[in-house]
Amino acid sequence: MLTLSPLELEAIWLSLKVASFSVLLCFPLGLATAWLLARCDFVGKSVLNGFVHLPLVVPPVVIGYLLLVSFGRNGIIGHWLWQTFGVSIAFSWKGAAVAASIMAFPLMVRAIRLSIESIDQGLEDAARTLGAPRRWVFLTITLPLIMPGMLTGIILAFARSLGEFGATITFVSNIPGETRTLPLALYSMIQLPDGEAGAMRLVVIAIILALAALVASEALSRRVARRLGR
Amino acid sequence: MNETVSMSIDIKRRLGDFSLDVMFSSDGGLTAFFGRSGSGKTSLVNLIAGLDTPDTGTIEVNGMTLFSAQRGINIPIEKRRLGYVYQDSRLFPHLNVRQNLNYGARFAPPVKSRHDFDDIVRLLGLVPLLNRQPSTLSGGEKQRVAIGRALLAQPRLLLMDEPLASVDARHKEEILSFIENLRDQLAIPIVYVSHAMEEVIRLADTLVILNNGTAVASGRVEDLMSRLDLRPLTGRYEAGAVLNATLKGHDDTYHLSELEFSNKSLWVPRLNVGIGAALRVRVRARDVSLGLVRPEKTSLLNIFEGTVMEIAESQGAQVEILINIGVPLMVRITRKSLVELNLKVGAAVFAMIKAAAIDRHSMGIAAQKKREL
Repeated sequence: MLTLSPLELEAIWLSLKVASFSVLLCFPLGLATAWLLARCDFVGKSVLNGFVHLPLVVPPVVIGYLLLVSFGRNGIIGHWLWQTFGVSIAFSWKGAAVAASIMAFPLMVRAIRLSIESIDQGLEDAARTLGAPRRWVFLTITLPLIMPGMLTGIILAFARSLGEFGATITFVSNIPGETRTLPLALYSMIQLPDGEAGAMRLVVIAIILALAALVASEALSRRVARRLGR
Repeated sequence: MNETVSMSIDIKRRLGDFSLDVMFSSDGGLTAFFGRSGSGKTSLVNLIAGLDTPDTGTIEVNGMTLFSAQRGINIPIEKRRLGYVYQDSRLFPHLNVRQNLNYGARFAPPVKSRHDFDDIVRLLGLVPLLNRQPSTLSGGEKQRVAIGRALLAQPRLLLMDEPLASVDARHKEEILSFIENLRDQLAIPIVYVSHAMEEVIRLADTLVILNNGTAVASGRVEDLMSRLDLRPLTGRYEAGAVLNATLKGHDDTYHLSELEFSNKSLWVPRLNVGIGAALRVRVRARDVSLGLVRPEKTSLLNIFEGTVMEIAESQGAQVEILINIGVPLMVRITRKSLVELNLKVGAAVFAMIKAAAIDRHSMGIAAQKKREL
């Protein structure tokens, strides 16, 4: 009933790729940041917290522009990357992944931080009185217990990355086959004089993708919850 | 080898408005920390376990220094090898009972284990629970698993913080006898925190009484329980002397048992223990009355001749008196009776104990003193 055109397939594939890499990028950093915010006390904690949440409150175009300024070939970081590694992420799908990952970062951190804060630290103490060193306690007690929070973070970040528009179009533009993800393709379609039908197809695809991700995450978290004996 | 377990603690710790300043030493068997809630019992156990650090002082267990501010020693929690049984059991929710029990095994010393998995599981009656998740267990079952988990980590010492707090009355008895078993069969030294005097009397060899963050008194249970000055702390209602007795025989006609202590007989309702068993009996002060002459034609089975050792002055309706009947016995009478009988220290009296007042809850199997091996 729905046969996908090569252009649509390309946009779907690109969206999934960008979103996956975005999650890969922001998960480890998000976990570390969440841990820092949940468990450590240090000077400038509220500054860090504010910084992490910036992408939630600032217009995405601002983030995109800042990325362009710093990661563009002439930007400070972009110039250095180009000089040392010969890579540039501006105007490529990698840049799209970075933009999406920054936009998704606060969601990832919030979800994981909440679940770290909700663990009974007494369980970690109990593990240590049984002779387990800190690292082992983290691996065998803390990580499994925050699994639901990590899953939520990953799903939220993935969904946010799939839908990323403003920062992406500002930073890496709208290049077919390179940075034209589903939302950007939809945007282009709307610009066309007779694009309504095509736009509607993309809308349906976007909804299906989102629902599929949601259903998968529900099933997954139910399994995890069962394992946690809740 | 000598299995004597000694513990010597001398620490100070400020916790907000509360300050803990405890000094005591104890040797052998089960040491109970007794006190009201807020007296610092749990804080003290946390310091021993290493979950908190004293500001100054030393903590020694079995000759091993766990903490010494002076010498800069602070052994990390996981190296102390003290089994901790928490009030709220703290089972790992994502692991089943078997995995919970085995959690500490990988870190236990590689020596042939003193407490073998099968033995512990059998002793604690955990066999039918092994594949269950903690969330499906009752409070009593959780606590038994928690005890097993702590034991299987081969601890030097078992710390139990009010392990019966979340256990319903029906299972309390069950767990109390498990703990007696641990103390006697496995000969594992235990620190037992409680605010319930009957648990303490039943289980403890050594008692440390805590009040407002200080150790007010420490010593053998029998000695402390017969001190009139500690009465306000041990609880007026519960106050009473503790006698060490052995079971001499049963009278099946009247369903009574005869206990013997310092060549005297104490008759109590029939007990379900074997002849020769060493028992610890608490005789509550309110269950004893006094007379100047030996009463005749009385329903009382237990009458002992003695002398007044000490009288606690009081302005209230009641006074406590310590009588020497071979061992100290605490008696509570009205001040009116004290005056009318004209009791003075040294006076000869007859102490009468109602047999029916001594129930199963006043009784504990005394720790077997033979710990040679």
